[in-house]
Amino acid sequence: MSDDERFGLKKGVRLMGPVKLDSGAELVPVDFAYETYGDLNAQRDNAILICHALTGDQYVASDHPVTGKPGWWLTMVGPGKPIDTDRYCVVCINVLGSCLGSSGPASIDPSTGAPYAMNFPVITVADMVRAQAILLDHLGIDILASVIGGSMGGMQALSWAALFPDRVKSAVVIAATARHSAQNIAFHEVGRQAIMADPHWQGGNYYGQDDAPAKGLSVARMAAHITYMSEEGLTEKFGRNLQDRPDGTRGAKSFGFDADFQVESYLRHQGSTFVDRFDANSYLYITRAMDYFDLADPHDGVLAKAFAGIQTRFCLISFDSDWLYPTAESRRIVHALNAAGAAASFVELSSPFGHDAFLMDTPEMNRIVDGFLSAGRAT
Amino acid sequence: MTTKLRPDLAIIANNVRAGSRLLDVGCGDGALMAALRDFKDCDARGLEIDADNVSAAVARGLSVVQGDADVDLAAYPDNSFDYAILSQTLQTTRRPDLVLDHLLRIGEEAFVSFPNFAQWRIRISHMFGGRMPVTKQLPHKWYDTPNIHHVTIDDFRSHLKERGVVIQGAWFLSGGRPRRAQIANLRAAHAVFKLKKG
Repeated sequence: MSDDERFGLKKGVRLMGPVKLDSGAELVPVDFAYETYGDLNAQRDNAILICHALTGDQYVASDHPVTGKPGWWLTMVGPGKPIDTDRYCVVCINVLGSCLGSSGPASIDPSTGAPYAMNFPVITVADMVRAQAILLDHLGIDILASVIGGSMGGMQALSWAALFPDRVKSAVVIAATARHSAQNIAFHEVGRQAIMADPHWQGGNYYGQDDAPAKGLSVARMAAHITYMSEEGLTEKFGRNLQDRPDGTRGAKSFGFDADFQVESYLRHQGSTFVDRFDANSYLYITRAMDYFDLADPHDGVLAKAFAGIQTRFCLISFDSDWLYPTAESRRIVHALNAAGAAASFVELSSPFGHDAFLMDTPEMNRIVDGFLSAGRAT
Repeated sequence: MTTKLRPDLAIIANNVRAGSRLLDVGCGDGALMAALRDFKDCDARGLEIDADNVSAAVARGLSVVQGDADVDLAAYPDNSFDYAILSQTLQTTRRPDLVLDHLLRIGEEAFVSFPNFAQWRIRISHMFGGRMPVTKQLPHKWYDTPNIHHVTIDDFRSHLKERGVVIQGAWFLSGGRPRRAQIANLRAAHAVFKLKKG
């Protein structure tokens, strides 16, 4: 497959789709930016799709072109790793609505020749998945050995199984939920309002201008970042420790509004580095997609019906310190899978890192994913 | 096939139909499930409360859900398994009677094994020692025991009778070896019952 132009790093393709969106609109053409690792076998049955999170990207095991940082899941993906690229053809696609090469609000609207901005159609998690299916068709991948994702990636994995049960042999759903709660929506709304309150946002038409709504996006990221960490983790990392002051005094309050506390400085850093790699409008669209997410909604509110008759094997993992998508949400999915008679595994792992634990090197998580995927090979 | 299994699990394994679908409630690290999958081609699912046990079971490729028999059995539909299995777990549940109802609802048939609190060793220990019995089968102290609802073979039989549950088979063990049914309530350290709704 090495000579197949469709496979490899830094791949991009424009497909005519169209993607039929939940809103009723159609998106055409659709750009995809993606990475593949490892070879697709002759039977074309060894592909694994990894779905990334809200502000994630397709560089799951390769360097990020903007930040230069190594892949975001190197502990999980690579030769000899739990998601073994010597064994599997791993595909990771920049999600629809994002800003790393796949179609999103910063893309050019072919009907106007200008960026879509807020004319980009509102999308859902199911739309993201339908778009991915179009790319997999293009790659000649009918069956996925597994769909794997954490956070919003887990929502996509669940949607994949619900929308295309015959294409998905197994799904690994980590630190995820089957619906956004009022609290989840509330935090996202704070982020969106911060972006839209930034005068540089200009109704979304800031492309090509001198200034993007960096302040607003930065605040949105700061608020969200708090939800990704546990109180225990924050306390352990920062406590009430004070920053060293520019004049060299250590551990003194400024009696002003500089970032006195280390946690303030940390959050400001998180916010300001985020704006270099992410588009504010993409943040609006993707958070909206997550807020609309409720897998039971098309099934009269009965989650088990989303999985009726499904043959897909599921593995769910939650973390005890994750208060964004707490264990109860995973358990709700497990109950639905049990009610549907699906083969499901679930475990709550202990971690101090809150929601972000799925991105950390968690040996227990690695072992479980490894064992779960091995069992799929045996059958 | 079952040489490495705990004696009560071996009895269950030997009496499960090949190719059947079963739910092991309190499956531990999945030893029974793995044996039934590997040697009897069963479709085995598990429920286990301890996270380390669940991790171990999932890592060996089993479908095991972390959960609590007292809470999570309600999510399983009626008659969704050929067998529901509860080994050495009944006495640890908050409401053994309701857990048993769920087993008989979820499985066409159920296997239940438990340590017999009326075995002579325990009676002697209690009668002469005047203390809560600590034996090989029940090694915990009164304050840290997970066994919060001790039951005897006769208690269990009379409960089954009250509920109209049909006993399809019963096995009794002492020192890991089979014992006859006569005066089992006095002699057996463990009992295994195969049950069906009346």
